[in-house]
Amino acid sequence: MQKYYLNHLQELEAEAIYVIREVAAQFDRPAILFSGGKDSIVVTHLARKAFWPARVPMPLIHIDTGHNFPETMVFRDKLVEDIGVQLIVGSVQEAINKGRAVEETGINASRNELQIVTLLDAIEKNKIDAAIGGARRDEEKARAKERFFSHRDDFGQWDPKNQRPELWNIFNGHKRMGEHFRVFPISNWTEMDVWNYILHENIAIPSLYFAHNRDVIYRDDAWLPVSEFTTLREGEKVENKLMRFRTLGDITITGGIESEADTLEKIVVEVAGTRSTERGNRSDDKRSDTSMEDRKRQGYF
Amino acid sequence: MLTPYKTNMELLRFTTAGSVDDGKSTLIGRLLYDSKSIFEDQFEAVRKSSERKGLQHVDLSLLTDGLRSEREQGITIDVAYRYFATPKRKFIIADTPGHIQYTRNMVTGASTANLALILVDARHGVIEQTSRHSYIASLLQIPHVIVCVNKMDLVDYSEDVFNKVVEQYHQFASKLDINDIRYIPMSALNGDNVVNRSENMPWYEGASLLNTLETIHISSDYNHEDVRFPIQTVIRPHATEYHDYRGYAGRIAGGILRTGDEVTVLPSGLSSKIKSIDTFEGTITEAFVPMSVSVTLEDDIDISRGDMIVKSTSLPELSQDLDVMLCWMRATGPRPGAKYYLKHTSREVMAMIKEITYKLDINTMEKAEGDVVVKMNDMVRVRIKTTQPLMIDEYRKNRITGSLILIDEATNETVAAGTIYSLQ
Repeated sequence: MQKYYLNHLQELEAEAIYVIREVAAQFDRPAILFSGGKDSIVVTHLARKAFWPARVPMPLIHIDTGHNFPETMVFRDKLVEDIGVQLIVGSVQEAINKGRAVEETGINASRNELQIVTLLDAIEKNKIDAAIGGARRDEEKARAKERFFSHRDDFGQWDPKNQRPELWNIFNGHKRMGEHFRVFPISNWTEMDVWNYILHENIAIPSLYFAHNRDVIYRDDAWLPVSEFTTLREGEKVENKLMRFRTLGDITITGGIESEADTLEKIVVEVAGTRSTERGNRSDDKRSDTSMEDRKRQGYF
Repeated sequence: MLTPYKTNMELLRFTTAGSVDDGKSTLIGRLLYDSKSIFEDQFEAVRKSSERKGLQHVDLSLLTDGLRSEREQGITIDVAYRYFATPKRKFIIADTPGHIQYTRNMVTGASTANLALILVDARHGVIEQTSRHSYIASLLQIPHVIVCVNKMDLVDYSEDVFNKVVEQYHQFASKLDINDIRYIPMSALNGDNVVNRSENMPWYEGASLLNTLETIHISSDYNHEDVRFPIQTVIRPHATEYHDYRGYAGRIAGGILRTGDEVTVLPSGLSSKIKSIDTFEGTITEAFVPMSVSVTLEDDIDISRGDMIVKSTSLPELSQDLDVMLCWMRATGPRPGAKYYLKHTSREVMAMIKEITYKLDINTMEKAEGDVVVKMNDMVRVRIKTTQPLMIDEYRKNRITGSLILIDEATNETVAAGTIYSLQ
């Protein structure tokens, strides 16, 4: 007799497709937030499945901080061409030029927080009423209580006390003019699930995730890539290491790990055996205990 | 070498409810820690926090408290989702507070759970909180319950004490609509019977908690009998290659759908046959709950979001008059004559609460009739009238087609969650 059950990846996939279809059905102008990182790549892949054989009926939005890894931009452009979607780019540099955002200074300066105002501007300009992102609940403390459909007020802000209860996967996308939703179809996926899925589906990802040689400096417990934006501190020296990145943020704040994993299989084994969290090397999360929560309240991812 | 991914790993969702003092957070922390799901930097952060707080031991409950105000108050406020996996299964924990003022959070977490962990302090046995959590599990039709008789270390690991608690719960459980109830004696603090079997309780011959979670049979919990396919969206490529393709996309909510099946589309009542069941990977011959698919029909029928495809031999009830148990989720109760949006699967209609039949005391299951005041977290049995028909099943038969939510017309908040009872 046939066994009528799904394995965990199939069930997670079915749930994510269901959520993405709900977005298309409940909102007029949805979009997919694309960072070039593995989570947003998986979400885009799921969106392809959700609407197949039609094309993905919503644009990708990419917030270009100006500090992206060049490999990410190349990857983004090829993906957009392959699947035939519209790409909207919000530029942090433009926001700075217009006086909408102020550049951070100092040795630890990053454009991470500047993404907030740029993203909100892009959402408003394009009248986006639902932005689909690849955030997961296992990533970080402040995301453990996040909803699939996360309501943002007309300032783009997230108030944990105002989030709607979600029962039985019935999603309430009702909102007033000017408000929008962030939707997270892979909320229940862990880092392992994402990697196993990428492996199983053989999804293309940027080369940065695979082991390669790179000039780096050791700072704050991580191997930071040397770029045009790097200022060396006293005592620091540039080394060339065989390394890879577990997460892709800006080139200014993303630390990598020493690794020889140059295939998807090897990456999966390495992630499975790893002893520290995925975001543990993100200096943007380390600024305080409640970094992510504070940024979310302001309208970040 | 570690093989992290097996193709036959299932997903199990379970709830944990309890208050600060009864060891629930310690239990979860222990599960995560002993199953090696805690990362070193997370553990290190918690160890430092415990030290800072002047604690003598590593407070594993700190692993699970997230938001700023909770950390200050030291309690959990909302439903928190935790994830871990063993080589056998992937787990999602819906962790909720135990106090009565968070009943609505328990209800939320319980709505998609396969299993409930009910924590009992071995020294106190079944208390009001135990009954409340159990009643909620029963009302929300969670198929399996594991009664964790915790703090056995404080009662000298006594078999007698354990048996008395089991007997006490067993008596009370006759009021519950749950078929599978198991009992495990444990000490979350010391790790007895949580992941590994306890050496302190040789008289206990059952499995540890984790072992039970890994092996309990859940694939029969879905309704595989009655086909229910609510339509979320219609897929029309309009492209050269798939010019005439019109696929009805959604997630199967019940039963097993096969190509060639004779189906009825509701609420119109028109019939047709399944022409194809499509996925990105290709066409398949059968689809079952909870798969997401796209379906085409032999006939050219006008179908849109909110309609439901069912097998002609097993129809749901078509009704505008519902008998529902609501969990009220807003501070202010229902206003007489108020209109709500009612969402049921992919369908949305307008609704009114016609009558409040009784208010349920969630601690005792006693019914209070007459003029009742409804407040947040109250469970009330009501009659609802809708502007258009819904295709419903009894919640006992199908948790997806037997559930609904009410949304306030003015504020857009979700004000209530409801489970449907049969009118017969």
